Amino acid sequence: LRPWLRCRPVSGVRSYHADQVARLGSQPDTQSSDYQENYERMKVLVDELRTRTEKIKLGGGEKARKLHTSRGKLLPRERIDRLLDPGSPFLEFSQFAAYELYGKEEVPAGGIITGIGRVSGVECVIVANDATVKGGTYYPVTVKKHLRAQEIAQQNHLPCIYLVDSGGANLPRQADVFPDRDHFGRIFFNQANLSSQGIAQIAVVMGSCTAGGAYVPAMADESIIVKKQGTIFLGGPPLVKAATGETVSAEDLGGADLHCRKSGVTDHYALDDNHALHLARKSVRNLNYMKNVQVTTEATEAPLFPSDELYGIVGANLKRNFDVREVIARVVDGSKFDEFKAFYGDTLVTGFARVFGYPVGIIGNNGVLFSESAKKGTHFIELCCQRNIPLIFLQNITGFMVGREYEAGGIAKDGAKMVTAVACASVPKITVIIGGSYGAGNYGMCGRAYSPRFLYMWPNSRISVMGGEQAATVLATITKDQRAREGKEFTAEQEAAMKEPIVRRFEEEGSPYYSSARLWDDGIIDPADTRLVLGLSLSAALNAPRSKTQFGVFRM
Amino acid sequence: KRSVRLASGVARIEKVLIANRGEIACRVMRTARRMGVRSVAVYSDADKDSMHVAMADEAFHIGPAASQQSYLSMEKVLDVAKKSGSHAVHPGYGFLSENTEFAEACKEAGIIFIGPPSSAIRDMGIKSTSKHIMSAAGVPIIGGYHGEDQSDDRLQAEAAQIGFPVMIKAVRGGGGKGMRIARTEKDFLEQLESARREARKSFNDDVMLVEKFVEDPRHVEVQVFGDMHGNAVYLFERDCSVQRRHQKIIEEAPGPGISAEVRRRLGEAAVRAAKAVDYVGAGTVEFIMDAQHNFYFMEMNTRLQVEHPVSEMITGTDLVEWQLRVAAGERLPLLQEDIVLSGHSFEARIYAEDPNNDFLPGAGPLLHLSTPAADETIRIETGVREGDEVSAHYDPMIAKLVVWGEDRAAALKKLRYGLRQYNIVGLNTNINFLLSLSSHPEFEAGNVTTSFIPQHHTQLFPPHTPPSAVCVCQSALALLLKERTDTHRYTQSSNDPFSPFGSSSGFRLNLELSRSLSLQLGDKKVDVQVTYNKDNSYTMQIGGEMYHVTGEVETEGGASFLRCSVNGVKSRPKVVILNNTVHLFSMEGSAEVLVPVPKHLAAVSGSGPQGGAVAPMTGTIEKVFVKAGDKVEAGDPLMVMIAMKMEHTIRAPKSGVIKRVFFSEGSQASRHAALVELEEEEEEEAAAAQ
Repeated sequence: LRPWLRCRPVSGVRSYHADQVARLGSQPDTQSSDYQENYERMKVLVDELRTRTEKIKLGGGEKARKLHTSRGKLLPRERIDRLLDPGSPFLEFSQFAAYELYGKEEVPAGGIITGIGRVSGVECVIVANDATVKGGTYYPVTVKKHLRAQEIAQQNHLPCIYLVDSGGANLPRQADVFPDRDHFGRIFFNQANLSSQGIAQIAVVMGSCTAGGAYVPAMADESIIVKKQGTIFLGGPPLVKAATGETVSAEDLGGADLHCRKSGVTDHYALDDNHALHLARKSVRNLNYMKNVQVTTEATEAPLFPSDELYGIVGANLKRNFDVREVIARVVDGSKFDEFKAFYGDTLVTGFARVFGYPVGIIGNNGVLFSESAKKGTHFIELCCQRNIPLIFLQNITGFMVGREYEAGGIAKDGAKMVTAVACASVPKITVIIGGSYGAGNYGMCGRAYSPRFLYMWPNSRISVMGGEQAATVLATITKDQRAREGKEFTAEQEAAMKEPIVRRFEEEGSPYYSSARLWDDGIIDPADTRLVLGLSLSAALNAPRSKTQFGVFRM
Repeated sequence: KRSVRLASGVARIEKVLIANRGEIACRVMRTARRMGVRSVAVYSDADKDSMHVAMADEAFHIGPAASQQSYLSMEKVLDVAKKSGSHAVHPGYGFLSENTEFAEACKEAGIIFIGPPSSAIRDMGIKSTSKHIMSAAGVPIIGGYHGEDQSDDRLQAEAAQIGFPVMIKAVRGGGGKGMRIARTEKDFLEQLESARREARKSFNDDVMLVEKFVEDPRHVEVQVFGDMHGNAVYLFERDCSVQRRHQKIIEEAPGPGISAEVRRRLGEAAVRAAKAVDYVGAGTVEFIMDAQHNFYFMEMNTRLQVEHPVSEMITGTDLVEWQLRVAAGERLPLLQEDIVLSGHSFEARIYAEDPNNDFLPGAGPLLHLSTPAADETIRIETGVREGDEVSAHYDPMIAKLVVWGEDRAAALKKLRYGLRQYNIVGLNTNINFLLSLSSHPEFEAGNVTTSFIPQHHTQLFPPHTPPSAVCVCQSALALLLKERTDTHRYTQSSNDPFSPFGSSSGFRLNLELSRSLSLQLGDKKVDVQVTYNKDNSYTMQIGGEMYHVTGEVETEGGASFLRCSVNGVKSRPKVVILNNTVHLFSMEGSAEVLVPVPKHLAAVSGSGPQGGAVAPMTGTIEKVFVKAGDKVEAGDPLMVMIAMKMEHTIRAPKSGVIKRVFFSEGSQASRHAALVELEEEEEEEAAAAQ
């Protein structure tokens, strides 16, 4: 049976025979050496991604895990699995947070697991401390990841569930964790403001919540605590001893009995982790939350082509061109794509499609951006904002065209139009960096600074102000000119010696792992998962109420 | 008497009251309907939603659940017969079927009693009388004392003369009640007293007879039929040897290994017996048969027997139709030479009982019930449907599975096939026992005697084997697919039906979801580590073994089947998930896998069975030995319960202090209801309260 025959008619959606559309994409020559080489290279990158993630999944060392489980506690990922509707997907963010960031100190996933999943049928942001990683203490990136999760919750209007098991701020790094605006205190600022916006805040205390951490359950709308595991206090027993000389056990100072019976800091008493998660699920059910999807949806339909063909089409060599339509054909429902302005500004591909039944406007790069491409992109973004259609950016861009002719043609103002449109568009924006992300191209294609709701990177992608080679050449040229002015020689060897470390540095800093470690993105994804990740992201994004876009001045 | 009837010609039976319930009521109604006869049902409180009530054209309420006040109440039944304008009453079996007074009362009321003349019922109802009549008619009878002198001395002297072992039987007895065997002179008096006690309780009559006890006899009975015109025929014999608690469990026709000559002699003896009492209608002449195929008259049952279908199957007749026609005064539809024996038939009685607990009768809801598809060679005689309750007030028989085959081996194969497809969840049944019984090589060989079950006890009750790993995989798969269905249903009903979050793919970014499912197999806990694969299959790890599992649930005829593959081996067991338990039924047998209830949920459900003693079945509390505050040791009797006419002593499962007693004497307790609450040693709570 053909997929389109399978799709069941949805009320309000017409499916006349004459409305059938031509499908996008073509059968790749899987026997060609380019395809096979591309496939191999990408496969290596994806395997590496999976291997590295498997290691991060373990969290802290074996000893820490054993100690954790020996106390009858579930590991943080088990907690999430049991909190979620059984077998339902979990869209995890920033698995590579803190990856090779703190020298010899390994902080897998930044010591905190965040993501979106369904709890009692409601899409929620889940923030779970991993006590097996440095006792769940907050490194600077931990804070950043926690705040980013709250930002996602705020932008997409998703209830938050905090599975708290943390020793609080990492004391040796307190200067990078405590004082600034986007440091530890911001967590509670966000809790208060999210709650004020009607975004539920639920805390489950499954371990310690010391000092500042005590405010997570205290600031929550509803909180649950596990007996003999969870503790909440502003100052722990050692600090109490130091301050007042009083000797008190952690349980008596801030255990479940104290907080459920006396202090009222927590609302629900759980016998163990499983019970606590069960109670959290009940709390979500009692939110009386109804997702109100304000876009049309249609029955979903798989693309006509297998997703892993993306490996062979894209490959790992950024210099090798590919038609972004082939990527779109492997991402959208039924490989159906209604292209907009197909013959105008053709280095930018724009058009409408559906992903898991949700309408999307797709903007993909097919080369360097010219004035026409930028104007076309601007026009298309305006259309999507007018129609409340979420935008997907498939970013593979070396930048805007340079040269006298183009500067004279006003590429700067045309590029600015597109940047304005991207910046102001308030429909959900989701960016996937599928190749290079360089220079102002990153801005026009909704880079991190343009607050897309979600930003993902493929393992082959690179992000930097310009390509390493170009940067090295630019620097070498400047040096050469300088030398020439001073009448000095600049040999080819010297030039090569100068360029080499620059290229190497750009290569290292442009890596998706370097980016992900610093939370410049929300995660590195397998190209074959792109469609699903986009579907999940769209589903999450459509929890937020529709908001009207107000564009700034377009320079004409 | 008969000439009166004949003078008025054939009577009109257009409406028949069925003074019974359950499968036999339904059975009679089916034939009535086919013949264009309207049926009237009667029902007690317990039966207001029963199948026989739904099947009838009219139904009348006749009182409370207790049969004494409903199905056994002659006045009420007759009253309905008159009110409804019924021309005849079919008594079925049991209840009023062999009640002389009732037969008389019907006659007086001008209503046809579908059965023999009351005189025949009376004569055959008293064992000693029946033997005298039979002996006079030249029917072989067994040596014994049927005299009036009931003194211990006389009875013992007679026993000595007959020679041990002897059987002591209540004259009015039946169904194994008031019956004992004395193997030696020494235990005679003790057994006599025991038999008397039971007889007094059951029939209010302790007159005993003493008979030669035939070692390992066969129970062979002949179906006979007589009409008002002096005709009587036999429809060959049935072998009902295999019994438990002196009650039949599996019957077949014809009797295995019985030669045509013996068959003819049996039949002719039975017809002689029938004629001796001017028998009219369906009757059964029971014989015991020794190893040399000598047979002796035992008794005659003046009604349609439970196991009549096997005779119908091998003769192609409908005995209920015959009953109705004969009762109306018609001649027998077939004469002896027209009745041809063809093939072989088995009947297995499916009971709510626990074979592992001495066949203790049970009661309760049929949460799931699915049966093989009925056709010309497979009959399902039942009076219950899925969702119905097997009532503690009546016989716990759920159904009779009747099969026919070209020969004994073919029929037996079909019986086993049918039993495997007869799946019940909600209460204990004897289905698995019937399977091991019908699979036993000695049974296959036709070597059946009344001692079959005790003789082959070990093989018939094989040690319980825990479900295989494949079964565990199937159960886990069934649970996962149920989650999938539940999630799908939710997603479809939401206003966001296509969201990938609504799938059960177990998607994890750059990882695979692996979760542990805890299952309970008997008293063993098994952890299954389930990994979700991208292609919707699962990898399951049990112990060190890995299994690749895929599958889906298919629904067919109301039952769900798990079409699955475990390491490439495909199967399609029937699956039922109820009350945290996965039940799997396949041709290889059945398995039960429990999903343990988490501690926090068990705590919510309150006074669970863990802290007390529970009722083993639905019944009435007869005695209460304890009160709140009493200290008891494990094994101390707490209560006595009467259920299924038997006493059950409920004992303390552990030592402790009685906290509460939930039932008082005379109150009704349902199965698994907590009877008392025992004080728990709540060390954990105590620690928490510090």
